[in-house]
Amino acid sequence: MTRKLVIIGAGMASGRVIDHLTDTAPGTFDITLVNAEPRGNYNRIMLSPVLSGEKAYNDIVTHDDAFYAEHGIATRFGTAVTAIDRKSRTITVGGEHLPYDRLLIATGSAPFIIPVPGKDLPGVVTYRDLDDTNAMIAAADRGGKAVVIGGGLLGLEAAAGLAERGMDVTVLHLMGHLMERQLDPAAGYLLRRDLEARGITVRTQASTKAIIGDGRAEAVLLEDGTTLPADLVVMAVGIRPETRIATDAGLEVERGIVVNAQMETSDPHILAVGECVECAGQLFGLVAPLYDQAKVVAAGLMGEPAVFVPKDTATKLKVTGVDLFSAGDFADAPGREDIVFRDPGRGIYKRLVIEDDRLVGAVMYGDTADGNWFFGLIKDGTEIEDMRETLIFGPTAQGGAAADPLSAVAALPPEAEICGCNGVCKGTIVTAIDGGATDLGAVRAATKASASCGTCTGLVEQLLQVTLGDGFVKPAAQPICGCTELTHEDVRRLIKTTPLKSQEAVWQELGWTTRNGCHVCRPAINFYLLADWPLEYRDDPQSRFVNERKHANIQKDGTFSVVPRMWGGITNPRELRAIADAADKYAVPTVKVTGGQRIDLLGVKGEDLPHIWADLNRAGLVSGHAYSKGLRTVKTCVGTDHCRFGTQDSTGLGIKLEQVLWGSWTPHKVKLAVSGCPRNCAEATCKDVGIVCVDSGYQVGVAGAAGMDVKETERLGDVATEQEAIDLTVAFVQLYRENAKYLDRPYKWVAKVGLDWVKARVVDDLAERARLIDAFELSQSIYRKDPWAEHAQQAESFQPLADLTLEAAE
Amino acid sequence: MTGMTWLDIGHIDDIPLRGARKIRTAMGCVALFRTGEDEVFAAADTCPHKGGPLSEGIVHGQSVTCPLHNWVFDLNTGQAQGEDGRIATYPIRIDAGRLLIDTARLRRAAAA
Repeated sequence: MTRKLVIIGAGMASGRVIDHLTDTAPGTFDITLVNAEPRGNYNRIMLSPVLSGEKAYNDIVTHDDAFYAEHGIATRFGTAVTAIDRKSRTITVGGEHLPYDRLLIATGSAPFIIPVPGKDLPGVVTYRDLDDTNAMIAAADRGGKAVVIGGGLLGLEAAAGLAERGMDVTVLHLMGHLMERQLDPAAGYLLRRDLEARGITVRTQASTKAIIGDGRAEAVLLEDGTTLPADLVVMAVGIRPETRIATDAGLEVERGIVVNAQMETSDPHILAVGECVECAGQLFGLVAPLYDQAKVVAAGLMGEPAVFVPKDTATKLKVTGVDLFSAGDFADAPGREDIVFRDPGRGIYKRLVIEDDRLVGAVMYGDTADGNWFFGLIKDGTEIEDMRETLIFGPTAQGGAAADPLSAVAALPPEAEICGCNGVCKGTIVTAIDGGATDLGAVRAATKASASCGTCTGLVEQLLQVTLGDGFVKPAAQPICGCTELTHEDVRRLIKTTPLKSQEAVWQELGWTTRNGCHVCRPAINFYLLADWPLEYRDDPQSRFVNERKHANIQKDGTFSVVPRMWGGITNPRELRAIADAADKYAVPTVKVTGGQRIDLLGVKGEDLPHIWADLNRAGLVSGHAYSKGLRTVKTCVGTDHCRFGTQDSTGLGIKLEQVLWGSWTPHKVKLAVSGCPRNCAEATCKDVGIVCVDSGYQVGVAGAAGMDVKETERLGDVATEQEAIDLTVAFVQLYRENAKYLDRPYKWVAKVGLDWVKARVVDDLAERARLIDAFELSQSIYRKDPWAEHAQQAESFQPLADLTLEAAE
Repeated sequence: MTGMTWLDIGHIDDIPLRGARKIRTAMGCVALFRTGEDEVFAAADTCPHKGGPLSEGIVHGQSVTCPLHNWVFDLNTGQAQGEDGRIATYPIRIDAGRLLIDTARLRRAAAA
């Protein structure tokens, strides 16, 4: 004979009990589900996405009418149970008496209402169920100001949702920092900063004295006398177990309905589950232990008593874009030690609390990818002594695995918990994937992983990628080098926005793993700093490759090449004589004419450099920067000066461009050319910037290449005057300086950002063009000078520090 | 074994911070490296790979990168990172900012 099971309350815990019963023992019980809310079971955790508008109610229903009908579950929704008669084993609901063999109380919790004047005014809502959520959505539609009392999980989710819906939101929190039960002050600070960035005002240590208003809530009055206008007041200071019906029935109730490890109340015919219970002195507010309880309840009902063991739980806040994780105990205490990782530039904070060589608590903000791994260590009490040095960097740092985000997931043991809500471990998910669950939906259906709060969705997707392989591999961004995980793009952005104005600031704020970088990252960082902060940052020669430090190209035998500048490729007998004299004087073995219309003196000894420079300087020759990531050469044809086809003064324009641009540092070398007519003798159409003169003016092309790749320039614009041609060129070079990745030639950079993006700034937006030109000129006020002249003054530093050959011979 | 003969070869500020200078010795050039933390190391100036001048390399941490093909040497041991190569290292100490190098050791190296 089927026994009668009556369930009071249709929340997440009772929903899970129903699942277990209908899955494993259909027909054992004749189930009646009673709910005071006029609806059945839904995923209450997902009310926040409903409030923010990311989901609709229908998306979060877990059991619908069809389900109840299919499984023969009788429902009484929208009516509260008024009494339990334990003698006759009946409950009273809507004047009806329903008999039970077993009764399950799952009444959940009720919001705590702070006892201040005005708490009952219309316009004051709590945040507990769908009706509350709908009331807030309706209020938000009217706009205006909202005051949320309570800066814990619920309050902040409510605040974020209301802000998302356009309300002007203030959060009042009694304590010194937000979510003080889950976060330490540092993480609380980062959270506050993120919320404030969304326009939410946060007031901590704010004690509410009264809610005031005439007929409805109009303002919140604080103890310090401040009055905050409010069209909506949300009370989210906390919850307490809903125990009234149990108390009335004479069951044992402390803070919650007291149950044993089998979830039985003081009356063995009555069980209780969820937020309304107290077990071993503990209350439960998160979903994971509730699901564990549900399993125990179902097992007990089926005559297979199980034991509920309260476990540590981890917390995540469901506010889109805010990433925080907290687990275990992180209060300061004697014998506890901290490992802290801070990366303020990226808004990342991680703190691990260690006691007796074991992890006991973890707080993470901004990057919570390793949260579950840490949570696993806490739960398992793993001894961490051996990995302590790299512990904070997570599982990928253990055993030197590659810095691939997937390897962290791949490295997890099968018993590692992926879905905290449903207690689903990696092995279960992998088995499901192997069994044909090849997408997220299928994994959810098969295992319930990521089916509740959804924060482990990313992990489940990564497991799909790891398990299924190729089809899922996404291109990963490349870090600059082994000193950091950041990409060039990240670092450029952070140098601009943080802002960071020194190498030391970059190493510290961005968490470099080496003391002062390496030969790969340091030249890049040096360039980014001097390009973005020309006045504040001083170029560091020791962060430059030898050619740029020595202002000469090192050759394979350790000698150097010297190339004087010939503006636009134009020279004269006096300069040529000086070059010839220098070649003689310093016994230069090779003199070569370069592709950029210059003369190269190859094979000069390092010690001779300052002297040959001084000699060339005396003839008016300056550095040709043939060694730099900077403006190299402007190649020209003779144009209208001599050529019968020339349409404009290409030589003159080339010289002007070179005089504007010389000395500037760029992400990679920059070569220009100006041709006097479309016959293009200066080969302008394969240069970084190539100008072709025509009768009507100048065709400015950019992003050509004639090296490892060969590529024709793309037309930036056609302009009528020489000045405009110079302006477009300078603005283009500056845009390249401000945005390109170090060692990307312009053609590579333009391919990434798109010519249209460049045109919009350099050609179409005149204000931006002017800004770029001004910024370039500001930088050139420092860098447009001859490095040879400077270095020739320090000839001594080019000599050996000491000569011990004499000493050794003594 | 002969004792140490410390010879004053200059001041630490003669070497740029995170930079290098070289000294001429009977057995070729020796590079002196100054790290970001003001430590000074002495080692052979010549890269065993293709003879690149290490005193022209970028000094980072306690390492130097050869300017020719980016071999990276640990200045404590002279060992090339990930390569089968090593440069000789020499004792050097700093006394009140003065750089003192053990010439006896250099001479022994030259004789060897």
